Amino acid sequence: MSSVVEHFPVLVVVVSLLSAITILIAGWINRKTACYISIATLLGQFIASLFILHHVMTIGPIHYRLGGWGPPWGIEYVMDALNAYVLVILLFLGLVCVIYSKRNIEHELPQKVVAFYTIYQLLITGLCGITVTGDIFNMYVFIEITCLSAYALIASRGKIALKASFTYLVLGSIGACFFLLGIGFLYSVTGSLNIHDLSLLLPPLYGNRVVLAAFVFFIVGLSIKMALFPLHTWLPDAHAFAPSEISAMLSGIIIEVSTYAFIRVAFSVFTVNFIKLLPVFEILSWIAAIAIIVGSVLAITQSNLKRMLAYSSVANMGYIMLAVGLSTSATRYPWSGLTPASMHILNHALMKGCLFLVAGAFIYKGNLWEIKDFQGLGRRMPYTCAAFVIAAISMIGMPPSVGFVSKLYIILASLEAKQFVFVAVLLLSSLLNLVYFWRVIETMYMKVEKGTEHTSHVPRDEIPLSMLIPVLTLSSLCILMGILWLTKIPIPILNRVNVLFGLVGGP
Amino acid sequence: MIGITESVQPLLALLGPALGATLILIFGKRPNVREAWTLLASCFQFLIVLSMVPTILDGKRLVCYLFTMFPGIDFGFHVDAFGLLFALTASSLWIVVSIYSIGYMRALKEHAQTRFYFCFALAILGAVGVALSANLVTMYIFYEILTVSTYPLVAHEQTSEALFAGRKYLAYLLTGGCFLLGSVALTYSISGTTDFRPGGIFTGTMASRSMFIILFILFIIGFMKAAYMPFHSWLPTAMVAPTPVSALLHAVAVVKAGVFGVVRIVSYVYGVDLMQQLGLGVLLAAFAGFTMIVASLFAIAQDNLKRRLAYSTISQLSYIIFGVALLSPMGITGAMIHIPFHGFMKITLFLCAGSILVASGKKNISEMAGIGRAMPITMLAFTVGALGMCGAPPIAGFVSKWYLATGAAQSGQMIFLTLLLIASLLDVVYFYPIIRVAFFEKMPEDEVLKEREAKVELFSEKPQIIETRRPLYYFILVPIAITATISILFCLFPNLFHIHGLAQVAIRDLFKGW
Repeated sequence: MSSVVEHFPVLVVVVSLLSAITILIAGWINRKTACYISIATLLGQFIASLFILHHVMTIGPIHYRLGGWGPPWGIEYVMDALNAYVLVILLFLGLVCVIYSKRNIEHELPQKVVAFYTIYQLLITGLCGITVTGDIFNMYVFIEITCLSAYALIASRGKIALKASFTYLVLGSIGACFFLLGIGFLYSVTGSLNIHDLSLLLPPLYGNRVVLAAFVFFIVGLSIKMALFPLHTWLPDAHAFAPSEISAMLSGIIIEVSTYAFIRVAFSVFTVNFIKLLPVFEILSWIAAIAIIVGSVLAITQSNLKRMLAYSSVANMGYIMLAVGLSTSATRYPWSGLTPASMHILNHALMKGCLFLVAGAFIYKGNLWEIKDFQGLGRRMPYTCAAFVIAAISMIGMPPSVGFVSKLYIILASLEAKQFVFVAVLLLSSLLNLVYFWRVIETMYMKVEKGTEHTSHVPRDEIPLSMLIPVLTLSSLCILMGILWLTKIPIPILNRVNVLFGLVGGP
Repeated sequence: MIGITESVQPLLALLGPALGATLILIFGKRPNVREAWTLLASCFQFLIVLSMVPTILDGKRLVCYLFTMFPGIDFGFHVDAFGLLFALTASSLWIVVSIYSIGYMRALKEHAQTRFYFCFALAILGAVGVALSANLVTMYIFYEILTVSTYPLVAHEQTSEALFAGRKYLAYLLTGGCFLLGSVALTYSISGTTDFRPGGIFTGTMASRSMFIILFILFIIGFMKAAYMPFHSWLPTAMVAPTPVSALLHAVAVVKAGVFGVVRIVSYVYGVDLMQQLGLGVLLAAFAGFTMIVASLFAIAQDNLKRRLAYSTISQLSYIIFGVALLSPMGITGAMIHIPFHGFMKITLFLCAGSILVASGKKNISEMAGIGRAMPITMLAFTVGALGMCGAPPIAGFVSKWYLATGAAQSGQMIFLTLLLIASLLDVVYFYPIIRVAFFEKMPEDEVLKEREAKVELFSEKPQIIETRRPLYYFILVPIAITATISILFCLFPNLFHIHGLAQVAIRDLFKGW
């Protein structure tokens, strides 16, 4: 008997798409409804994604055939442990950001509220689509939906954001083209677009040059999308000038979903056996190691908080890709296979989401962009700043935060792969993180404002509760999730992923 | 076989500062209630730690495992004699420093006192966590909590000098922390466990000799908190912090956590036998000997009292590293008991320095002429602490130095004994001038005149007692008197708080049948 949960993958996408249209129509009548419809939809989607995860973990993968057409002809939605897990993360952060956005968007884009939520919901549709689909061409379509909505959202602040958005548009389109070319090449030799079908058809063709070229196209295309160094140039401006909740989504989810797409292509379309034929992952991990260092060094040179966080995201994508690169050589439980990489996808979403929302709070309260203007904020906005400190400490990798767990897992994986250089890179990176985050913390708490040296009482000037709660939720999760990871309660989900992809693992 | 008992006592011991910190934050607006919580939490913690002593003295262990982090690594606590020794030191000194802070912080009308007490409680949480940890990973977690929570204390004054000190503090200690994390991970990948075991955990592991040596060096860099030379300069710089913070850094928690870690590595991770095989003992002893001598020479040159004490700490910490590097039962006993003994003596000295600052506003030794007569109790306590540092009986320092000297003799390396004696001599060289200036030099004439103008009615030859002039002086003088008295009692009764007994138990575990 099929359970109702088996229909959720398609519902998550369709409901989101319909809600975008509903927002447009309802917003026409009453602008205030837009935000509430978006919150309600995302809440429903989030709950649905939890059901999906539960179903996948207890019963098994869900296969949903759109229109009843069986693969390889029809489009199939497949939910396994990996995408169920990513879906939960993305909808959670989407929900948190939309709650935060209510007051912030009213403040920043009062004329564009309806358009904002319509496009936001389209963005969520695209992200959910990339995650749930089991068809590679369908994935391309959703990547385009995601990116087009992202371009629009980044540009929504106007002025310099237009330029940032245009750069992203150009580079993002090139990336999408590469991805499409990869699909075309594969289609020309196999005649199939279904991911599972491709994985069955490809093994005899592994030596084929067309297949190799396709793989390279996928790597390059997705590297642009995930802003892997040296293809990260679009990211800092886009992150810096977008509204803050969009920055949080961009950094916490959109580039992460691109890494998900990469993992899916590498392990589901191609397989571990193919990857082991080529030294691709080795090269990838070296590039990622460079990305970690370069991203952190560039972050140190920034004076604008959001740009600094953006470069930090470049470094963090390096973390994820380094972990992906090590996934074929690390086999010992619990840091086997993709566990560190998938773990950091969640961890980075929490940390960076929180940091960008805090940066948005400073902009909301006093239009503060530059780090040097943050003097005395620690006393004026105690809760927001405390959240920042927790998230920053987590980025540095202090125990028992999520950043620490990621760092420890990746270190253990690199030690198992006998790559001592990566251990050094990771440790150095946490010191570099310390340099640029501590500068902010020091300014917020320790530098004394002129004129207030002798006043013991500073009036509080906190952001509204509807913005504060998302910030505090994310920051407390930075610690709680870290402890949860250490207790290894969520590890079985990730281990399921390793088993799925044939990476050795298991307790 | 060692009896192992499950117990929640270690967890309760950490609950004290954790709850205390929360309550301090909640009652931040009401200073009296806030300080009451600090005192309650410290007393509670001390009693819990003390209650674990009898079980340990029976040769049993207390364990409390919470969850498994990695195969072979549980997050949890494993109380043995040596860990308890450090926990006792930290928790007993916390009470004293808390009382003192009330007097000191209020007398100087310091700002951000809630932050101060909050971070102080967290730092104690870190220190006791380090002491009771069952393995390196747990220890690393608390070690880093200690580092981060101490930063706001070091940079407390928020002047540019204090900010610089804070930055330097973090730069040194978190770099150390990175090395520590790397070496912990490496240890785990070599041996599959990071538990502390008296015989070491590397027996029967496949790793080359050079690997062990590199790992050891990484570990030593990791424990940069031990402030050995040449990585010591964060400690004197951190002297800009208020005196209770200096006490925390030097006596209660921070540097002690560093040397505690070194002792743990040498005797519980590597094990005495492996250390001897690799010849690392001699290397470490030479290294520590260098710091002992050079830091003392630096101390002679300082005029700022707190800076001189800071260099004295650097030198004294190396005594502990030196003792454990001797790899002999006597040497390690000396190292272990020097942790609490040095703690009590050094805290006395720092509290005295703070008391002088509060009462007279003087920081430099050259300005302190005749202060012994103006502040008799303070300077008497100071003399006790200073003599103890030099190793003169009947003060605690004598006992630990006696053990260290015997250990050096036991090791058969006469050069080590010589080093130790030279270092002791240098201790005298830099402490004696302070006492001489304080007691045997007269206050400069103009200052005497000023004093007299201030209080015309006391126009007599009798010197003025200035230490009781401030409000809340009891809170400052009583802790000083307590620590000085205990420093003396430690020599007469080394088994006070079972310090000696615990060290004996630890040594019995390390050297079976000794």
